[in-house]
Amino acid sequence: MRAILPWVAVLGFAMLAQVAVGPVVGHYWTKILMDVGIAVLLAVSLNIVNGFTGQFSIGHAGFMAVGGYTAGILTYYGGAALFDLPPGAVAPGIAGHLWFALSTLVGGVVAAVAGVVVGLPSLRLRGDYLAIVTLGFGEIMRVLLTRTEDVIGSAEELATAPWTTQVVSTGGSLGFTGLPFYTNLFWTWLWTGIAILVAYRLKESSTGRAMLSVREDEVASGAMGVRTTDVKVIAFAMAALFAGIAGGLFAHEIGTTLNPAELGFQKSFEIVIMVVLGGMGSVTGAALAATILTIVPELLREFSEYRMIVYAALLVVVMLVRPTGLLGHREIWHAWRRS
Amino acid sequence: MTRVLQTLMDGVAVGSTYALIALGYTMVYGILRFINFAHSDIFMLGAWFSFSLAGVFGWTLAGATPPPWAAVVVLLGAMSGTAVLGYAIERVAYRPLRSAPRINVLIAAIGVSLLIENIGQLPIAFGTQPQRMPSLLPDAVLFEVSGVSIRLVDTLVIGIALGLMAALEWLIYGTRLGLAMRAVSTDAQTAALMGVPVDRVVSATFAVGSALAAAAGFLYASKYPGINQPAHATWILLGLKAFVAAVVGGIGNVRGAMAGGLLIGMVEIFGAAYLSPHLRDVYVFALLILVLLVRPAGLLGRATVEKV
Amino acid sequence: MHGMTRRTMAWAAALFLMAAGCGDASTAQGPILVGEFGSLTGSEATFGQSTHNGIMLAIDEINASGGIAGRPLEVKTYDDEGKTQQAGTVVTRLVTQDKVVAILGEVASSLSIAGGRVAQQYGVPMISPSSTNAAVTEIGDKIFRVCFIDAFQGYVVARFATENLGARKVAVLYDQSAAYSKGLKDDFGKALTGMGGTVVTEAAYEKGASDFSAQLTAIRDLSPDAIFIPGYYTDVGNIALQARKLGMTVPLLGGDGWDSSKLAEIGGEAIEGAYYSNHYAPEETRPAVQKFVTAYQAKFGSVPDGLAALGYDAAHILADAMKRSPDLSGPALAQAIAATKDFPGVTGSITIDPQRNASKPAVMVQMKGGRPTWVATISPP
Repeated sequence: MRAILPWVAVLGFAMLAQVAVGPVVGHYWTKILMDVGIAVLLAVSLNIVNGFTGQFSIGHAGFMAVGGYTAGILTYYGGAALFDLPPGAVAPGIAGHLWFALSTLVGGVVAAVAGVVVGLPSLRLRGDYLAIVTLGFGEIMRVLLTRTEDVIGSAEELATAPWTTQVVSTGGSLGFTGLPFYTNLFWTWLWTGIAILVAYRLKESSTGRAMLSVREDEVASGAMGVRTTDVKVIAFAMAALFAGIAGGLFAHEIGTTLNPAELGFQKSFEIVIMVVLGGMGSVTGAALAATILTIVPELLREFSEYRMIVYAALLVVVMLVRPTGLLGHREIWHAWRRS
Repeated sequence: MTRVLQTLMDGVAVGSTYALIALGYTMVYGILRFINFAHSDIFMLGAWFSFSLAGVFGWTLAGATPPPWAAVVVLLGAMSGTAVLGYAIERVAYRPLRSAPRINVLIAAIGVSLLIENIGQLPIAFGTQPQRMPSLLPDAVLFEVSGVSIRLVDTLVIGIALGLMAALEWLIYGTRLGLAMRAVSTDAQTAALMGVPVDRVVSATFAVGSALAAAAGFLYASKYPGINQPAHATWILLGLKAFVAAVVGGIGNVRGAMAGGLLIGMVEIFGAAYLSPHLRDVYVFALLILVLLVRPAGLLGRATVEKV
Repeated sequence: MHGMTRRTMAWAAALFLMAAGCGDASTAQGPILVGEFGSLTGSEATFGQSTHNGIMLAIDEINASGGIAGRPLEVKTYDDEGKTQQAGTVVTRLVTQDKVVAILGEVASSLSIAGGRVAQQYGVPMISPSSTNAAVTEIGDKIFRVCFIDAFQGYVVARFATENLGARKVAVLYDQSAAYSKGLKDDFGKALTGMGGTVVTEAAYEKGASDFSAQLTAIRDLSPDAIFIPGYYTDVGNIALQARKLGMTVPLLGGDGWDSSKLAEIGGEAIEGAYYSNHYAPEETRPAVQKFVTAYQAKFGSVPDGLAALGYDAAHILADAMKRSPDLSGPALAQAIAATKDFPGVTGSITIDPQRNASKPAVMVQMKGGRPTWVATISPP
């Protein structure tokens, strides 16, 4: 009973967000809260690699892209075939949402496979070199995605296009436009809640402890019998899984477009900044920083061209004043207790 | 034959720009072990300082005929400008983080980079329009080899780049400052105990690296006179490739940065000319991954064995 | 405890009322709020600021002549940094927080699509000044544009190349990371093939590239009759300079992305004699053009580019529709915009067609003495 309680809580929380919070705060803040959820999901997942395991990955947006495009192909082309609708239409009722949930999950799994593939070089490389390989992976992904064909917009054209054409018709540099708007507060916060719970439980588990030991001293932890290779690959796969799911949510959110130009290394850096600012290894810290870094720029909207200057200056100042991030290695309730 | 020769020339020209920028990345990495992401912005400022300085003298006006010494003035002016700026950035944003984890310095560097780009875009700074860099270096067709014209400006750009690299080589291997730099790079703590003024050496490194980036900026603007606005993708892309060059050559290694720059330039240009121009950037990153998988510390880098 | 709950409930109720939208824009008597989203910073800032200047000039004129039924127009502008995610967010904000009655925005098609899908979802009309990709107005019945589309522009350049220049073999050099460039390349290729010409090669570059020597050398070896470069002027200057350095003298052709006074400044001698299609030529003698160019120069001190002209036209067409519309609700206003016919804009006589695109002629201009000069006007087929 105790074991399922947190999961029920996450489900209840997500339902509450959808039913009670959304209608009260209005469309704009609903969108911001979805953005926050996706940012938290990305930060918490990257934290498993960067924070727990101490491997420096700056290709997280690449995994997000893999998941987003996979889920997008499934809902756009797959959805059209499955529900016999024009491409991009939202399938009515619960069926559409279940298909969306499945698509996101498949996107996550495909991203996880990519995570293992990219994680393998980490057997040989450490520190900054690994970071650079992940960056290279992300950039190659980006260029290849800009080379894809135009999205097939009409049902007639779609009827004659074989699936091999469909999977490469993801819009190229224009972005994968026209995806149905499935993402809502429920799905966003359900996945985010699951990720937070999994990450926290992981940190307290034996695998998580092994990850922390790899972060502290890889050689010593290997000597103590930790299978460092396995641990690193698991970390990469889990982080990529959730990043892929985040990509799926992002792809189907109102007002966002899967655009290769915006899923490059700069997006990855945004996520790294969240992890570092929250405190490496702190699950709640990453979530907190992701929330702040998503909401603060919104509040600075009125400043127009000075907005990014303020943001950049804040970044430098925070690093100077709190080099360990907001929470350090601790979780939010520890910080509470201490002060 | 014509085409091979032309492609070779272009490869060297592009590669030498990468090499000059890569030197700044590699010097800072060699000493402080962190990737200075603001370096591509220093390079951008080098180009824009050159343009502004030429503007001060009125050489950017239509019909102006800059004197022969104009290039020297602008080059040295831009180099000293960025050297001071590089020094200041290190002093304010990086030095207080000397003992913090390197990733924090990295984030601070990203902050500095965003700050430079967004301030540079303001109307009171450089604005958002691209500008035309006046031709300060003399240009003429020197001679022709089987249909390929070798131009003076291209030769000068490559020549100045190589000259600066030689000067740096001398600085690092032939002077006391260079000796101190190498000492700090090998082991900062021991160097400090031996009486090497670490802080001053680090400051000097930033100043020299930034000055080289400014030189690269000037040469770049001379070769490609349409200089884009400060936040344009050009600068980020060039910076990224130069960084890749530094890593491929073996980051922290000065000669490696030069070799890496030329190699990346060649791969990119030959790939674009003979395979497909569509995947120009893919070649660069694919080469990077390939090199790191075969030689994890880069071509000329020395692999460090972790001692327990 | 009890009082606490009551206060929380009061807050919740207040928030709910705010969200439910108590301020109905159409019945208020204050200024009419119009939203604008554009790239004021970031890589695309060059384009966003020109458009913004054009819009502001038009709004000033409209307000100086009495506004809409005595109510002035007020523009709320947000920066989207040239990112689709920001574009979607700021349009959501404009529509659901600021409650604007209509939206003007974006140059880049990918950004117009991101914003446009939100505007369509909430039923607020949007006019894109200068997004030429076909997909923009295909979003739905609330999305309009005042520029021509890529298919037409591609046709114009192809026809000019074959008929006026007698070119048969044309090489293309395009920016593969820009949807605009890729779309225009495709449409040009289709049109040219239809007219009996051939595209001998499609070379590409990435946004941010500055060295085009490898691509140009490859093109030179094919000795085409002309080179079509559907890119932005920020790149074209460097491309022209390098092409001339390589000894290439064939005519260069371009699209509306070339239009800026900076093109001649950067390209210099190398760009002389090149042709591009555009929305208008500043030297045209039509009164609308002369009035606009004079007013723009007085206010901003530079010759307006095509983007500024389109921003200006977009704002004027919106104001014109507002005057004709019975009220300012989304459906009524959208209907009024759709009914726009023969509007005397700077960029030609504008009629909104059933696909919500502007049907109007394009001009071909040639760079002569550092200025774009009119060569031909080509009407839709």
